[in-house]
Amino acid sequence: MADEKKYYLPEGLPTPRAQRTGLDNEFWAASKRHELMVQRCNSCKAFQWGPEFLCHECRSFDMGWHKVSGRGRLYSWVRCWNPVHPALKEACPYIVAVIELPDAGNVRMVGNLLGDPMQNPPFDVAVEAVFEDHPEATLVQWKLTP
Amino acid sequence: MSEYTIKDRVAIIGVGETKYYKRGQAPVPEFRLACEAIIKAADDAGIDVRDIDGISGYADDRNEASRLATALGLKHLGFAGMVWGGGGGGGSGAVGNAAAAVAAGYSKYCVVFRALAQGQFGRFGQAPVTNYVSGSPAYTAPYGLYVPAQWVALRTRRFMHQYGINQEPLAAVALADYYHAQFNPRAVMYGRPLTREEYDKSRWIAEPFHLFDCCMENDGSAALIVTTADRARDAKQKPAYIMAAAQGSNYRHNATIENSADYASSNFKTLAPRLFEMAGITPKDVDCAQMYEHFSGAVMISLVEHGFCKPEEVMEFVTFENITAPKGKLPINTSGGNIAECYMHGLELVNEAVRQVRGDSTCQVPDCKISLVASGPMVSPVSDLIVHSI
Repeated sequence: MADEKKYYLPEGLPTPRAQRTGLDNEFWAASKRHELMVQRCNSCKAFQWGPEFLCHECRSFDMGWHKVSGRGRLYSWVRCWNPVHPALKEACPYIVAVIELPDAGNVRMVGNLLGDPMQNPPFDVAVEAVFEDHPEATLVQWKLTP
Repeated sequence: MSEYTIKDRVAIIGVGETKYYKRGQAPVPEFRLACEAIIKAADDAGIDVRDIDGISGYADDRNEASRLATALGLKHLGFAGMVWGGGGGGGSGAVGNAAAAVAAGYSKYCVVFRALAQGQFGRFGQAPVTNYVSGSPAYTAPYGLYVPAQWVALRTRRFMHQYGINQEPLAAVALADYYHAQFNPRAVMYGRPLTREEYDKSRWIAEPFHLFDCCMENDGSAALIVTTADRARDAKQKPAYIMAAAQGSNYRHNATIENSADYASSNFKTLAPRLFEMAGITPKDVDCAQMYEHFSGAVMISLVEHGFCKPEEVMEFVTFENITAPKGKLPINTSGGNIAECYMHGLELVNEAVRQVRGDSTCQVPDCKISLVASGPMVSPVSDLIVHSI
């Protein structure tokens, strides 16, 4: 049963780590607190993802972080059958999802869609974030909103 | 018309390639393959290889221009250029750079090449194994999103959802490539026809891509020679004049973690109008097209964004009958392309466009005057080329 697994994908995939530049420290620290953060410009309030040193809307370098609800829409998804990494040899198929966040300017995030890998969810269906704690980092996964 | 154009000022006068191998089967190193292809292209052009004075590459080619110039004994090197970005997005762009170098007088004979021996280096379809990951891959790799088959599938599926498209156009592209390859002795899949039943039964790689929707993995090299229109008139071969070239990217297309402003796009929307404006033609004037197919599904989006059909018309336009030579409305990938000739990051598609307008393709489109090449959908930058015979 998929829901009895410790993690959605097996151990052995690389552990995410904040950039040395400090650009995305806040995202990874917030994930550990089970909070979802998106970069937001302090000057013009535009949302931006992935993180960058300046705002693409107004060129301000004064970038901040904004906590979002963790509710989103299933923008696209793919069922992956080919083990592209040795750790995935016994893990196929699995679903990778692209999630749009309406309360953050429709920026998109990537995660796995929890549950049956053979499900065929409709596009644009409501989803919500699920925090998957690993020893050194917390991944942001997604599940269909009940 | 602007005087700042390369239209009809430059031409491709020679093409060449090594034997194309399955991954890991090339008997010699990648650098030697590059040299062989360049020598063959010079022979086809009827020029002394030492008269090449420009080298144009793309996709971070490992075979560096100065080493090639030294090894080949070039009298001097007047231009060495590289299109940024990995993958096949720079194939036509490298021809565009060569055209610009020749038109500007930096180079008299500029070679464009690609050498790729995936058997001797890393595979594009497999992830590197590391303990940690940072930067934008930190938001994708831990979820098993690593390779182009997966992210091209995500964008293709969104496009299919938006326009009510099923598996048929994808199958048509894969089957057309294999059909054309059966006429092409250079093709790795020559003598290996593909039936619809075999296509349907083949394993999934990443839905909606079956095995046969994916490009191959190969070893080999391809090259071509660009020179001025004046020099081309005396060339051994019928010149393929360059009508237009373009490279670039849509607004924030490369926003990371799947945040392209226009997600389900092949990234040609801002290029194609510039391309057709320079060429002074419309999509209806194109006799055949070479549409880069890392994955079949991206081809239909490229066709749409070049104006060959509307997104609502994909199901009726992208059929086996319409896209196969010699009688299709728009024959595409007439050598077999990345899926069935050779995955030479699309430079084999440029060579095929040249052969079509010269009239010596193995799958010749009757009276072909104009051939278009679309390089590298969805990556950034992408690039385009139109060649024609005069």
